[in-house]
Amino acid sequence: MTKYRIETAVGIFVLAGLACVAYLTIHLGKVELFGGNTYTINARFNDVTGLVAGAEVQMAGVTIGHVDSIHLRPEDKTALVSMQIQKDVPLDEDAIASIKTSGLIGDKYIKISPGGSDVPLAPGALLTDTESSVDLTDLIGKYIFGGVK
Amino acid sequence: MESQPSQFFLHPAVVGRRTLALIGEFGAFACFLGFGIRSIFTLPFQFSKIIQQMYFIGVKSIFVIALIGLFTGMVLGLQGYYTLVKFGSEGLLGAAVALSIIRELGPVLTAIMVTGRAGSAMAAEIGIMRISEQIDALDTMDIDPIRFLIGPRIVAALICFPLLTAIFDVIGILGGYVSGVALLGINKGIYFYRINSSVELTDIMGGFTKAIVFGLLVVTICCFEGYFTHTRAGGFGAKGVSLATTSAVVLSCIFILVSDYVLTSFLL
Repeated sequence: MTKYRIETAVGIFVLAGLACVAYLTIHLGKVELFGGNTYTINARFNDVTGLVAGAEVQMAGVTIGHVDSIHLRPEDKTALVSMQIQKDVPLDEDAIASIKTSGLIGDKYIKISPGGSDVPLAPGALLTDTESSVDLTDLIGKYIFGGVK
Repeated sequence: MESQPSQFFLHPAVVGRRTLALIGEFGAFACFLGFGIRSIFTLPFQFSKIIQQMYFIGVKSIFVIALIGLFTGMVLGLQGYYTLVKFGSEGLLGAAVALSIIRELGPVLTAIMVTGRAGSAMAAEIGIMRISEQIDALDTMDIDPIRFLIGPRIVAALICFPLLTAIFDVIGILGGYVSGVALLGINKGIYFYRINSSVELTDIMGGFTKAIVFGLLVVTICCFEGYFTHTRAGGFGAKGVSLATTSAVVLSCIFILVSDYVLTSFLL
């Protein structure tokens, strides 16, 4: 009887522990259990200063995906950003991706402005209509050293 | 005959003797760990002993882990709020609490609490078995004492430490919620949104890696100290067991914090 009680207690402990592990890894760690819920879109930027992998991708203020990886394209020395977009959000061919900052000192994220054409982007396609991040120090430098006409 | 140099004099021979003793101790520890791990994989598996040890290490530690987790989270919420509110960014409280608990405090505090509660008992139990010659009796009956006593404890610790750490993490985040949202009035949605957006899978996996390493270290150090109570200089019998228990807890805590630094520098 005592043995049965100990086994029950251990069973409850393991279940509670596994529930906590599941909450941490699946909910907070954003593990995609059944994969294939997203598709990849690439975008080419002149400058991605401050953007990191894992940053949000938003459309109209709603999160629709995240940045997967950032690489340098050797052929034209631009930054290639790979994004995972939710499958139920189709993007048009002429959508514009711009790098924005939430607040003055907040994190960088990518804002997608929907396009007007009805031609959807295929998974893995390259977005070329992009706006790079605004470099605040660069901007201030232009004011100070008279670059502004 | 050559006279022995004094213990307190920094004679090269003293340095050499102590270094050799230290290396010998590390070697014995590594062999003990190796035999312990090998004994896990020898058939038949000792399921009922593992369950008993899991009950002792895991179930009986839940209450203290939950209490420590809750108050750690609450105090982090309180301190974080008064620091962040100066910059007008108290919305970041969730991220601050969750990241510091998941990356550092969860694994470390869990390991230290379990060392104090279960590790000390382990060292004392095995130490008493040693001085009352029960381990020699096992040897006489051709039962491998390491497989019989240490193997199940290592398996139980490897399972229990990550689970207890997960419980600590979740309750700690709730503790931060209690002080940040319920008492100080931060927006509830912002708190959880920040946690969601800032915690990455690598943070959580890093925390679990630490928990597994700490579990292995704690259980091996505590069993090692108990197992070799009889070879300890400075006391035999009850005094030997008390010294073994003390050094098991102290060494475990030191090794937890040192290995935490090393692991963090690898994981970051």
